[in-house]
Amino acid sequence: MSGPQLRHVGLNLTGADTLEPGEAESGLYGFWIFLMSDAVVFALLFAIYGTQLAGTAGAPGPAALFKLGPAFVETLLLLTSSLTFGLASIAMKYDRTCTGLVVWLCITLALGLAFLGFELNDFATMAAQGATPDRSGFLSAFFALVPTHGLHVTAGCLWIVVMLVQIATFGLDARVKLNLLRLGLFWHFLDIVWIGIFSVVYLQGTLG
Amino acid sequence: MSGDDLWYSLFGRLEAKALPFVRAWEHPTLSEFIGAGAGAMVVVGGIAVVALLSWLRWWRPLFLDWLTSLDHKKIGIMYVVLAAVMFTRALIEAVLMRTQQSLAINAPGIVAPEHFAQLFSTHGTIMIFFMAMPFLTGLINYVVPLQIGARDVAFPLLNSISLMLTAGGAGLVMVSLAVGDFSTGGWSGYPPYTGKAFQPGVGPDYWIWAVTLSSLGTTLSGLNFATTIYKKRCPGMHLMRMPLFCWTALCTSVLMIFAMPPLTLATALLALDRYADFHFFTNDLGGNMMNYVNLFWLFGHPEVYILILPAFGVYSEVISAFSSKELYGYISLVLATMAIGVLSFTVWLHHFFTMGQSADVNAVFGIATMTIAVPTGVKIYDWIWTMFRGEVRFTTPMLFSLAFLVTFVLGGLSGIMLAVPPIDYVVHNTVFLVAHFHNVIIPGLLYGLIAGYMYWFPKIFGFRLNERWGRISFVCWVAGFYLAFMPLYVLGLGGMARRSQALFEPDYRPWLIVAVLGAFLLLAALATLFGQLVVSIRQREHNRVPVGDPWDARSLEWSIPAPPPEYNFATIPHVDRRDVFYWRKAEEKTYRAAERYDDIAVPKNSWIGPIVGFAGAVCAFGLVWHIWWMAILGFLAGWTAVIARSFVRDTHRIVPAAEVEAAERRWLAQVAAARPVPRRLEVNSDNVGLAEPFPAPVPA
Repeated sequence: MSGPQLRHVGLNLTGADTLEPGEAESGLYGFWIFLMSDAVVFALLFAIYGTQLAGTAGAPGPAALFKLGPAFVETLLLLTSSLTFGLASIAMKYDRTCTGLVVWLCITLALGLAFLGFELNDFATMAAQGATPDRSGFLSAFFALVPTHGLHVTAGCLWIVVMLVQIATFGLDARVKLNLLRLGLFWHFLDIVWIGIFSVVYLQGTLG
Repeated sequence: MSGDDLWYSLFGRLEAKALPFVRAWEHPTLSEFIGAGAGAMVVVGGIAVVALLSWLRWWRPLFLDWLTSLDHKKIGIMYVVLAAVMFTRALIEAVLMRTQQSLAINAPGIVAPEHFAQLFSTHGTIMIFFMAMPFLTGLINYVVPLQIGARDVAFPLLNSISLMLTAGGAGLVMVSLAVGDFSTGGWSGYPPYTGKAFQPGVGPDYWIWAVTLSSLGTTLSGLNFATTIYKKRCPGMHLMRMPLFCWTALCTSVLMIFAMPPLTLATALLALDRYADFHFFTNDLGGNMMNYVNLFWLFGHPEVYILILPAFGVYSEVISAFSSKELYGYISLVLATMAIGVLSFTVWLHHFFTMGQSADVNAVFGIATMTIAVPTGVKIYDWIWTMFRGEVRFTTPMLFSLAFLVTFVLGGLSGIMLAVPPIDYVVHNTVFLVAHFHNVIIPGLLYGLIAGYMYWFPKIFGFRLNERWGRISFVCWVAGFYLAFMPLYVLGLGGMARRSQALFEPDYRPWLIVAVLGAFLLLAALATLFGQLVVSIRQREHNRVPVGDPWDARSLEWSIPAPPPEYNFATIPHVDRRDVFYWRKAEEKTYRAAERYDDIAVPKNSWIGPIVGFAGAVCAFGLVWHIWWMAILGFLAGWTAVIARSFVRDTHRIVPAAEVEAAERRWLAQVAAARPVPRRLEVNSDNVGLAEPFPAPVPA
């Protein structure tokens, strides 16, 4: 068959075929399934957050705790990092060298770390106001949902670092490319979850 | 730093009293002696295994040929071995519980209440997570790639990691016998009883982390099988041409992917409650234990179908093969399987009808529950019609299938009774429920697993199992089941509460005595199963089936040698219809050399699986005993191993085409020398795995 062939959902690479036939296809497919399973975890955490919203038990509630400003900055950081990851993927697909890819990955990493910094600052501020998870069911649910996303972002950052080392070690071999495609899916997935968190937790908490 | 602080930072909550031997020394009661005896069995058993391995010099082969192997066939076998070990322990516990109840009518019996509660908790936990799940995962692992014409699963390393995580969880449950004690909260571990306020000890923590390890392993298995079935089928193997076992494996995998996360989350949140003073399921400060119950059964009900569907797949294969007929209503069986898969997510609330929903909500879930009987009924009729006018042979796997058909329907009927909320209100929390779920799980799942084990055994090891011992075992399993569980229906209707350590109603006694006899018969059944294995290994030279098709069966796994080569298929098969091997046999187009053979890449062995499993278990043990350095170490070791592995590029080994061709030609020579046997002689030692074509070709 002539021309590029679509083998899986998402960005298909051309000329990365030192892999066994079908390996990219099943490798990506398996990762989509993993994300579905992970999405169930977040869906349930959202559901629990919903049921525990009223269980403030005298501790500070959403209106007193959440500030839209920092949450908005976090949103911008994370959404921008998704854009830069997209640019990294395009650089991987079309560039002959890996300079563009590495630069965009580093920018993505920096944005991810900045996001984590802001988020940790939020948590510290909340703790200073006496809002810790042992105070109420509501705070427990908050500190399960939002930090679980934060842990995912941390894992994503670690993964970017590992991939940068692999690019330095192996160049852009087929396996590195395959892993970058998976990492891309993971990173964009976290973005989508964050949009849920921003809407359900922060917007609903401050405006609702 | 005081001595206590130093002890805590090094050993956490470990203390001398954690050892059952010390407890038995301090309180010499029968119950403590039984506990210490069980702990001693673990320790002595462990030492005996180590000594045996050293004496036989099997350490190297154990690690290099088995534990580090990424071959789906070996991983499958290891899963089943794990299941067999855990099964033995949990069945002994069942016998102990039945003995206790039969003795403890207005009497103390032999085990103390606390001990009894641990027994039913470990029995349930092991039977579900460390017996049934590994057994069916093992069968799927072994059989599915062969049935779809693949050389391995999609992610061989992940497969090894899944196995080792499950084994790590099982190891943790075994360790709890010798160090500390297990949860008394049942296999479902409902808070707030399993919360810190009521059980501050290590018991629930053992349960939490053992189940979490198993749950993670199972999620990864589901992901792996689903990808394998969707992406690794051989050319022409359309979905609707797959053997039915593959369909049920696919449905089970999908259920694993979606149903295990609620369990992982339930145990993780319970752990947060216990370790970090969160308030998810506590009685106070905004906690809501109903969230746990919903999460647990969001997993728990699909889990029932995760268990039963692969067994349905086995029955489909067995009944079709031993009736020598195409599976009746293939499409309806596929649709019924998928319908059950979908419906299984709509009924979880029937596990807690009595916990405060409105009558309308209960009615909706009651009706949804009864709906599942419809696709299940379709399947029962399909299997019956498959046998109709077939050439039915009553081999042991077939006997188990027949016992299933009858007994499972009984269990299903009591299920429909329980699906009616008013009836459920009357009998909930009685042994009626215990009778019901054992009535579906034992004849449904367990008979299926045993039938599958006996059906595929010749394929896996290259020789048939002893038929006589198989029949003895069959009689024990069936008689034992009826004796042990039919009385519980009566007792349940008579109001006997489940999980009772002591009883006060003398009228229960005769029924309880029948039940304990049944329990001993079931133990005998397991013993005969092991006996059959030993006898069969001794007689293996008489029962070899190197050609690989002892039952005149229909799907691709029978078209290759027994045992199969590491790469499964010398050349990847091409499929043009359902039951392709059967029809090729009829057309005499089987057992031919290919025009050319190619090099085959197989995954190299890897230590990552065992390392991750061990690190997971170490991390869990540290968490149970609050030995924080150990927990952190285990966690980091596991992840470091995984990251380090991503730097390994040399992951495959090439089996040269010449080697493949030589092995294939040796096998074809065996086929040419073999005498085909007709079906009625298939349990005879003349059977070397070559079936006489049927109908016999008419001489020209």
